[in-house]
Amino acid sequence: MFVYKTALFSAITTALLASVSVQAAEPLKAVGAGEGQLDIVAWPGYIERGESDKAYDWVTGFEKETGCKVNVKTAATSDEMVSLMAKGGYDLVTASGDASLRLIVGKRVQPINTALIPNWKNLDPRLKDAPWYVVNKQTYGSPYQWGPNVLMYNTNLFKTAPTSWSVVFTEQNLPDGKPNKGRVQAYDGPIYIADAALYLKSTKPELGIKDPYQLTEEQYKAVLDLLRAQQPLIHRYWHDATVQMSDFKNEGVAASSSWPYQVNGLTTDKQPIASTIPKEGATGWADTTMLHAEAKHPNCAYKWMDWSLQPKVQGDVAAWFGSLPAVPAACKESELLGAEGCKTNGFDQFDKIAFWKTPQAEGGKFVPYSRWTQDYIAIMGGR
Amino acid sequence: MTQSPPLRRFSNLLYRKPNLYLSLLLVPPLLWFGAIYLGSLLVLLWQGFYTFDDFTMAVTPDLTLANFAALFQPSNFDIILRTLSMAVVVSIASAIVAFPIAYYMARYTTGKTKAFFYIAVMMPMWASYIVKAYAWTLLLAKGGVAQWFVQHLGLEPVLQFILGIPGVGGSTLSTSHLGRFMVFVYIWLPFMILPIQASLERLPPSLLQASADLGAKPRQTFMQVILPLSVPGIAAGSIFTFSLTLGDFIVPQLVGPPGYFVGSMVYAQQGAIGNMPMAAAFTLVPIVLIAVYLSIVKRLGAFDAL
Repeated sequence: MFVYKTALFSAITTALLASVSVQAAEPLKAVGAGEGQLDIVAWPGYIERGESDKAYDWVTGFEKETGCKVNVKTAATSDEMVSLMAKGGYDLVTASGDASLRLIVGKRVQPINTALIPNWKNLDPRLKDAPWYVVNKQTYGSPYQWGPNVLMYNTNLFKTAPTSWSVVFTEQNLPDGKPNKGRVQAYDGPIYIADAALYLKSTKPELGIKDPYQLTEEQYKAVLDLLRAQQPLIHRYWHDATVQMSDFKNEGVAASSSWPYQVNGLTTDKQPIASTIPKEGATGWADTTMLHAEAKHPNCAYKWMDWSLQPKVQGDVAAWFGSLPAVPAACKESELLGAEGCKTNGFDQFDKIAFWKTPQAEGGKFVPYSRWTQDYIAIMGGR
Repeated sequence: MTQSPPLRRFSNLLYRKPNLYLSLLLVPPLLWFGAIYLGSLLVLLWQGFYTFDDFTMAVTPDLTLANFAALFQPSNFDIILRTLSMAVVVSIASAIVAFPIAYYMARYTTGKTKAFFYIAVMMPMWASYIVKAYAWTLLLAKGGVAQWFVQHLGLEPVLQFILGIPGVGGSTLSTSHLGRFMVFVYIWLPFMILPIQASLERLPPSLLQASADLGAKPRQTFMQVILPLSVPGIAAGSIFTFSLTLGDFIVPQLVGPPGYFVGSMVYAQQGAIGNMPMAAAFTLVPIVLIAVYLSIVKRLGAFDAL
């Protein structure tokens, strides 16, 4: 009796597991009629329906055309996005590279069938098959926007743009003759270790760093040493874009790694601020619209992914967010972005950018992300 | 005899069986406290024994003590010490600042002035905590109000000297330990004033008169009568300031030098890394510290007046 029950139970379990894995492995074959609704987790400012500024609206048109009513849940950090997707109940998420692999490994998102997205042909060839959303030749979502982590600096101090990240990494005198100690900032996230690794990649070629997100023990140690030496120089490890903007305005901070968002904000505010990508290159982010493994409205989701790859939509998003479109044609199609918009935001710098991705051990070859976190916390604390 | 209505029968039943009455009243709140409060707390702490796999970044329910052992790694222990010392210093400073205000409120105000003081003390609590913390980042900034005063008073060398002291200073006022300490004291001050004021209100004026009659100088009266009798109030207030500082993660992030607090560490571990077991292990730290603190405070008699 007991054996019989167990056998039955395991049979049911196997059947259930099998059905789940079948569901997960099979992308949609054809896009049917919309389900009338679409729930998206997005960065603030990514999905605008003209409520902040009438000119910036790329949702209303989509709703009219497809009948899919769009609901947006904004998330402030990659971690919040991962946890919202873990809870479920959403169809799409605009995941950055430091979240996307975690979503894929955690089986929160499903591969998509690119043949069902007519506008896929518009995609920037440089973004095709990028490692942060294509795993084992499966495509997990459609690219949305990207951007560099620039070196932001005060133009009153730097008459010419600094050419190297060394202004934030090593102790030195700035052009005004005073030391940089207490006047530079670093990002308060373990992913910043990659920035240091990228700097060492060109300044210490003997370490043999190929990919700043895949560091061997020896390379990793050298990177941590650099960051430890940087710690006493740091004014503040910035976390909040608004706080960093106020630090550049009021606290006399001279240089820091930053996003185009802060640079745009400060220059619009007529502050003496500019940004550059130094000769060592820069890290950057590339966001992907990913489809939840148990999305309730897959047809509307496909329609949105297609809609979002239109040049005009892409250009408008880029103009609003200070980012770059995943579709090159967008640089010409959007009045909001303007003719020079792509160039200003760094469209030609793609090759200099090492895009964020979650560091993985890959069988113990490299130092995994959890250690990055532990060690970066220790370094910020002065150890 | 007619059949009484059901409500009446029910109340008769309760009258005859007082234990049933009592349990009907007590079971729902006890259930709430036991299952929802203690239960969730225990579940959280239990997670501290789970294993976090670095490779897949997944949590498995294999029991281990590694997370609790990791609390004693130098970098983690730094975080605990940093938080603990700030909590102690903030509590002491709050008590020193709060005492005169509370004393004045209890002894020298009546009617409208008392109401004014109550409102003045509690008014900051009406504003959002985050707004206040952000406001302080601007107040303390180099171009901010605090430094403007320092400049116009010609005290800049003094400020530079203070900022140079290790453990107190930092590169600027808003990124120094001193700045963070000031924000903490400001934010938790009402929680200290009100209990002290309550304990001083209870102090009978006749005791002070007796002390004076017997020839004690004001200083002696203060040291030997007022202060010992207000210790329960100070202790009660310090429970607030101490535990609130231990658990805070917003102020340390906005003001002060780099380096995590226990609160920010829990936030980072469960958010950024998804290392729930380590986060759970860290939540044990404030619980233990506060338990130790409460047992000390109990000896001081903070709970005698309850």
